[in-house]
Order: sequence, then structure tokens, then C-alpha cells
Amino acid sequence: MSVGAPKIPVVVAEVVEVNALIKRFRFQRRDGAAMPVFSGGSHVVVEMDDHGTRRMNPYSLMSHPADTLGYEISVRRDEVGRGGSLYMHTHVRPGMEMVLSQPVNLFPLDARAKKHLMIAGGIGITPFLAQMAQVEAMGGRFELHYSVRSPALGAYVEHLQEQYGSRVHVYYDELKQQIDLKTLLKSQPLGTHIYVCGPKGMIAWVKATAAAMGWPALAVHSEEFLAPPVGLAFEVQLAASGKSFTVQPNQSLLEAIEAAGVEAPYLCRGGACGQCETDVLRCDGHIEHNDHWLTDAQKASHTKIMPCVSRFRGAALILDR
Amino acid sequence: MSLDFNVETFRGDYTFKNSAKAIKRFPFPFPEDSYMYSVNMEPHVPGAVGSVFEHLFDVDEHYVAEMRDRAQVLAEDPLRCQTLPHMELAGWDLLELIMESKARDYPQWFELHKDGDNWHWINKPLQIEQKFTFMDASTLPYGPMEYITRQTQGDFTLQDQRDDDLWIEAGMVTTQADWSLDFDIGMSFKQWHAPVPLAHQMNIFDRALKFLLKLQHGAPVRRFNWTMTVDALLDTSPENYPKWGPSKTTMTPETIGHRQHLRVELQTLHRLPRSNAIVFPIRCYLIRFEELVTVPKWARRLHRVVRDIPDELATYKGFLRNKPLMLDYLAQFDDGQPTSPGFGAD
Repeated sequence: MSVGAPKIPVVVAEVVEVNALIKRFRFQRRDGAAMPVFSGGSHVVVEMDDHGTRRMNPYSLMSHPADTLGYEISVRRDEVGRGGSLYMHTHVRPGMEMVLSQPVNLFPLDARAKKHLMIAGGIGITPFLAQMAQVEAMGGRFELHYSVRSPALGAYVEHLQEQYGSRVHVYYDELKQQIDLKTLLKSQPLGTHIYVCGPKGMIAWVKATAAAMGWPALAVHSEEFLAPPVGLAFEVQLAASGKSFTVQPNQSLLEAIEAAGVEAPYLCRGGACGQCETDVLRCDGHIEHNDHWLTDAQKASHTKIMPCVSRFRGAALILDR
Repeated sequence: MSLDFNVETFRGDYTFKNSAKAIKRFPFPFPEDSYMYSVNMEPHVPGAVGSVFEHLFDVDEHYVAEMRDRAQVLAEDPLRCQTLPHMELAGWDLLELIMESKARDYPQWFELHKDGDNWHWINKPLQIEQKFTFMDASTLPYGPMEYITRQTQGDFTLQDQRDDDLWIEAGMVTTQADWSLDFDIGMSFKQWHAPVPLAHQMNIFDRALKFLLKLQHGAPVRRFNWTMTVDALLDTSPENYPKWGPSKTTMTPETIGHRQHLRVELQTLHRLPRSNAIVFPIRCYLIRFEELVTVPKWARRLHRVVRDIPDELATYKGFLRNKPLMLDYLAQFDDGQPTSPGFGAD
């Protein structure tokens, strides 16, 4: 039961410095064929060969979903992360060959919504760029509330205002501007769905505010990809494939499994989709569960692990893989 | 054209029959001598030349006759085709998938010419030529899903994905094994599977749903389902049960070989790119018992499957009543010899 779709061999067509923190990358197929169309909110996993270390990071597609000539992503530079975004910023240049996954949508619009109310923070704007283009083409109704640190770091603000006019509202932290969320949510027509993508705190704030105001939970959608955290090195044993190895501090367990030549399923690589869920056969120690997938009871039982983001401390970890 | 497609009926005089070639490529659904539910899904990748798996959408000798039968069913009962308003985009995804596949796989019968959003579709077997604007439903005589599924064998349902579930919210259903789109439309995955016996206790639907929610565009999957049908009736619907249900009571040892059919569904599942919906084509293949027993391995195996199937399943599939008759007929072709593993004839 493999869910593996064919990967997309691409060449980097364009790298644009959007601002001091963000670069935009455009990819085209190496064979000149059309890219698959996709649904707004989809991401692709970008495979990087970082000087021998294979990195696979998910990025939301921001280009027009009907643009089959190429895909675009934006990458925010993360100085303290494991290096995927730094690799994209410092090493990826036009003409380079890379590999993308087929698009997967874990943040889809609800097609029944009478109105889409989108709330973005910082780099969380990217899935909305594709969604707005798709809704606009179909004559749907939407409104964007976009919070950024400063005018200098407000990626795509001008483009958005030009394209969508009064449906775009921008807030600058530096100017002490903040979304008046309660008033905003109070004034929405029946049948509105809320979508939020941004920092953890923003997502929690929107969800809690909406819940307190009586919004149905199923009308509030969010996406937060976790970057796999760095941590201490640990040993792991794979029972089914009979391999043992060390997971390095800046390597995820999933990456280490793949580096050992063992095929493991994945889709988001960010603790959200559940695809890489793995049975734990033995756990002498403590699993650091960093995912949004497992229930609290499952986490406490230490019988499951999401190797894309979770780590381990202790004497022995044996997985059914 | 007349050489490619049978002139035949699926009602009234039931002139449907399989040619020797069609029998040889029949998708016999049992890989072993017994049957139980399983999440028997595998990648829907191209199979052997000439097999029903050769192309994404199989077009066979029954194509034209099946499409005429569908038009008759729809004329009598338009509710067999329904689309909830938010599913139109998925309909366009499906139209594109089928048109591109057929034009690529059967260029002698189908052509698709694109100039931006101005599309030109030619279906020679059904003598249809249509110029239209992609994504503009006013340029087609029907909505996109209805338009293309009036020209494609098999039933189709479109599932929206949201709230960690799949919702059946559009479909074209005229060749069904006793289920109703009009009844099921709007239901969640487990709601529309609720009538299936045993499988719920086996957690089949939990696992199947989890798998399907992660189905990827570009990686379709397939599985078989099967049942038994008296006479070559495609439209075995609950809506028409009074018309076909009683036929089960008229079977005799003399007529069973000719009138009893094994009904096999080749079910595929495809993620659709623009809508993120899933399309579920359910392609029905019929074969008379007397056609099927011309393949010795299939005859032996079908006898053993029917003999050993739990009564709950025979009841659900609607053939418990005629099981003894079937066994008497099939036993003549089962000499007790072992059968080889897998679906194929020896």
C-alpha cells in the first residue's frame, strides 16, 4: 500500500531576494513538461543535498495553482535551525537541479464556505497567495488579514494590495498595529470559514478567540509546520530491517532512517499529517513527542512515535520499521 | 466502429455477451480459493497489454451499449446523477483526467485539442464532437461530471475531503450493485459503508479511510469488489428493486449457467488536483457462469469461494437463496485439483 507519487525533477529557474529574510524560488521541470495543477494550500517537499546530508523540507506553494509552467515557494531564513533554510538561502542558485515531491494539501479551503477569512502572520502568507488566486479565479469571496513585523519585512504586501485592493488588510507590529480579532469575527457573514497560518502564538490566539465567541471548531482551519528540532544524539534500533544507528543532533529520526537506506512513509515532514507514524517496540527512556498528530494518551503510552519531528532520550529505542 | 463495439442490451432481451477476447481479459477477482474482506488496495499502475489494467480507464467492446443503457436510466430517473454545488470544480478535474487519458490511450477513438481554455473533444464511438471552454459550465450541455461520465463506462462518485473525513457529494450511478446515490449523497465515509457486514468489526474502514485521506495526486490505487447478478442487468438499483429482485426466484438448474452472472467491480481511487477531492470510479464487468467456466481454474476457484463464503456475506451480496443452485452447477467443473496462486488463468 504505497502512497508514493512520482517525484518531480526540476531546475531552479529564478531566485529572488524578497527582503532581508525571505527569498523566493521558482522551479521548472527539467524535461520541459507541465507541472501538475494543484489546490491552494498545497505544499511540496524540497529535497536538498546539503554537502552529503539529505534534507527534505516542506514549503507551501505560493504560485498560481493554474500556472503549470513552474512552482514558486518562499523560504524564510532561520539562523538557528538545522540548516535547510540556510542551505536554500546560501547555496541554491538558478540552473541548479533539485527534486520536488508531488503537491499535497494539508491546508485545503472548505469548498462550501460562503466566505474565506484568511489570517496570516509573516511567512505564513505563502499558502494564502495560492488560495486567493484560486478563489479569485472561481469568483469566490475572501478577505485577508496579514500581520508583519515592519514595512521592510512585509513580503508581497504591494502585490497583494494591487491585486486584491480593499480585501487585503495589513498590520505592522512595529507601528503597534494589531488585528482587532473580536470585531473582525463578530462581523462575518454566516457560512464564513477562518483560516490561519503563522506563528504558534497567533494560531492559538485565533483558535481560542473563535472558540470563545462560539465559532464551530470545524469552521476554523490552521496550518503549522514544525521544523524538526535539534537535540542530543541518540541511538535507535530498527527491528524489521535489522539496523542500528545514531541520530545526529541536527538530523531528524526520519532523516536518519532514510540515511540508513530504509524506506519510510512520509508526507509533511512537519508533525502534522500522520503518515510517518511508527510503532515503538521498546522504549527504555523518554520520547520527546514534538508532533501535532498523536493523542496525549498515545504520547504518554510511548508506543508510537512520529519520526519526522520527535526525538528520544534514554537507553534503548526499538522501532517496528 | 461496428467491428470494435457490440450491439447488445442490458435489459429486456438481454443480448449482452462477452466475446472470447473479453472472457480472456475478464478481471477475475479471486487470487485464492477463499474470500474475506481486506483493504486489498494496490497502486493503479498500467498492467499487461490487452488487460483491463492496460490503461487508466478501460474502454472495451461493451462501451457503446453501456452508454446507451446509461442514457435510458437517466431519462427514467434523473436523480441517478447529482452534484452538490461545491463539487463542480471536482467535476472539471474529472473531465480533464478522463479526456486526457482517453485521448492519450485510445487515439483511434478519442481526440482532445486544447488552445488555452478552448477545448475541442471528439468521441468517435459515440459520434460526439464538442467545442467548449474549460471551467465554464455554460459551454457544455451538462455539468462537467455529468458530461464526461455519460461518455465513460462505470459509475463515479466524487468525495470532498474535509474534517479528516470523506464526503460523497457528487456522482453518476447507474450500474450499481444495489446502492443508491440519492440515498447516500452527503454522507461521510463510515455512514455510507454502514450496511457492510463484518468489515466494521475488522477495522477495515478505519484503515481504509486513514489510507485514502493521504491518497496522493499522481498515485491512484485500485481494488476489486464483486457480487452476483441474475441476467446482465447493469442497473441493479434499490430504486428499481421491485423490477429485478424477483428474478432471483426464477432460477432453475437449467437456466443458472446462462442467467447467473459474476459481477466484478474494478474500483479505482484518484486524488484530483484542483479540488483536492477524490474520484471513485466503480467499473462493472459482467460474465455469465457458462462463460466463466470455460476457464478451468476460474471454475474450480469460484466453486470453492461460493461454497466456503460466510452466510452474512452471501446474504449481503444477495445470493444466499441461490447458493445451493450455484454450487450444484459449479461443482461439475471442480475436480478437486489444486489451483495456482493469483488471478490469471493457467
